[in-house]
Amino acid sequence: MHSLEKPSITERLDALYEFDREPVSPNKLQGIGKFIGMYSGEHVAGTEFVIGALFVARGVSAPDLFLGLLVGNILAVLSWAFLCAPIAVKTRLTLYWMLRKICGPYLTFVYNVVNALMFCFLAGAMISVAATAVGLPLSMPMPELKDMFPTSITWIVVVFCVGFVVTSLAILGFEKFANFAKICSPWMFLVFVAAALAVLPKLGLTSFGDFWTVATQKIWTGIPVEGQSKFTFWHVMFFAWFCNMAMHIGMADLSILRYARKWTYGFTSAFGMFLGHYVAWVCSGILCAAADVTVAPGPIAYMGAGVAGAVCVVIAGWTTANPTLYRAGLALQAATPDWKRWKVTAAAGLGTTIAACFPALVMRLLDFVALYGLILMPMGAVIFADFWILPRLGLRRNFAEASRSKISWSAAISWLVTLVVAFLLPLEIFFKGLPGFFIALVLYVLLSSVEQRMKQNKILS
Amino acid sequence: MRILALFIAVAGLILTVVPSFFVFIGTLTWQAHARLMFIGMLLWFIFAPIAMKKKGSHLNI
Repeated sequence: MHSLEKPSITERLDALYEFDREPVSPNKLQGIGKFIGMYSGEHVAGTEFVIGALFVARGVSAPDLFLGLLVGNILAVLSWAFLCAPIAVKTRLTLYWMLRKICGPYLTFVYNVVNALMFCFLAGAMISVAATAVGLPLSMPMPELKDMFPTSITWIVVVFCVGFVVTSLAILGFEKFANFAKICSPWMFLVFVAAALAVLPKLGLTSFGDFWTVATQKIWTGIPVEGQSKFTFWHVMFFAWFCNMAMHIGMADLSILRYARKWTYGFTSAFGMFLGHYVAWVCSGILCAAADVTVAPGPIAYMGAGVAGAVCVVIAGWTTANPTLYRAGLALQAATPDWKRWKVTAAAGLGTTIAACFPALVMRLLDFVALYGLILMPMGAVIFADFWILPRLGLRRNFAEASRSKISWSAAISWLVTLVVAFLLPLEIFFKGLPGFFIALVLYVLLSSVEQRMKQNKILS
Repeated sequence: MRILALFIAVAGLILTVVPSFFVFIGTLTWQAHARLMFIGMLLWFIFAPIAMKKKGSHLNI
């Protein structure tokens, strides 16, 4: 009798299997529109309201902002297209199963835990952003630039409500949230533009001819808010390039681009970069300046666009938190192979929601995003070297799998030494990623040649 | 039906962005702009899913 009944919620959720552990089959490949929608939705996000505002707080000048964003975003698109996408379409595996072949299960486990924690914190920032809009009708006290801890009980309750919805959507899977993002992204982008346009008169601008004057004198003045360090062209350029370093150079988007029919779909990241990380950052900077350098996204969006602006912040937060939480679910699933993905995603969602209660995640977003990319980047360099360089040197790809090793010491040492050296470099965190990538690349190639020679007898025929 | 939905959805996008230009040049109040954006949002989210739904498509997760 029981077997004839509808499958339980557990059985239905377990059926949401998505080829996580094997190459994507040809009938599951997605068209270019899915990736345009995905990247546009993911990068026209709630955090764009914060990042553009934080640039204003950090005293970026107008020329540094516009030029830095142009160069940095072009470099980011090229990183997706030439580093990540070609490997994704050739292997069609998630990052995590790629790492398992290259680094062995032990190191993959460590990486996955670190990775999932980073993704959870990032998704948490998105939930915080959405909460600033949800809390508007409740007259909730908004977190400010200096706040690091939860500011009220209302804030915690609102964050938990938003976290529940975001986690539920992430459990439903890739295609569902890609469709959701595809519907939301054109509207969200226009809300950013409309909100910024509507507040320009508050800054004294009523004709486009005066834009540059107002931009340099009232928005991006070059003077940081007290207590904030100043950003230059180089800060903006490297931030724009590396704010998604974990996704492109760090190869996390192997998990997404493995669904692409062609490697050139990597260029669709330009939709996210130039709509989200250029126009939207400029718009949020304008909103922030018009609100006397307020950075809470809900109030500044409401000031520009009313209820539609507040709804935009909520939706923008969700469309970014969902794929991020999905990635966290994949990362942790590889670490806990006996768990179904929905259970892992639910657990990650709970951790994410708790993290989201801390406004520090949003107020120190620039530093956190740079740190997050830096920590995960060396393993992207390892994958790049393993896929492209080792075969050309007569060395073997996926050596951990071939030699049945539990851990690739060359990858482990490369990761750790790169991070140690990067943190010791006398540079700000925004600049450590570039030298770090080359350090990881060289170390992995050198150490692999030693390890493979030592373990030659273990290689499977 | 899809063409009609697409037409209304695009009208929603136009209502979202165009009023802000009029606020910018000083011929529309902020309140009217916010109301029009709200209507534009409703039109977009009601009709865009219908307009963007592919014939015979299904979620095969």
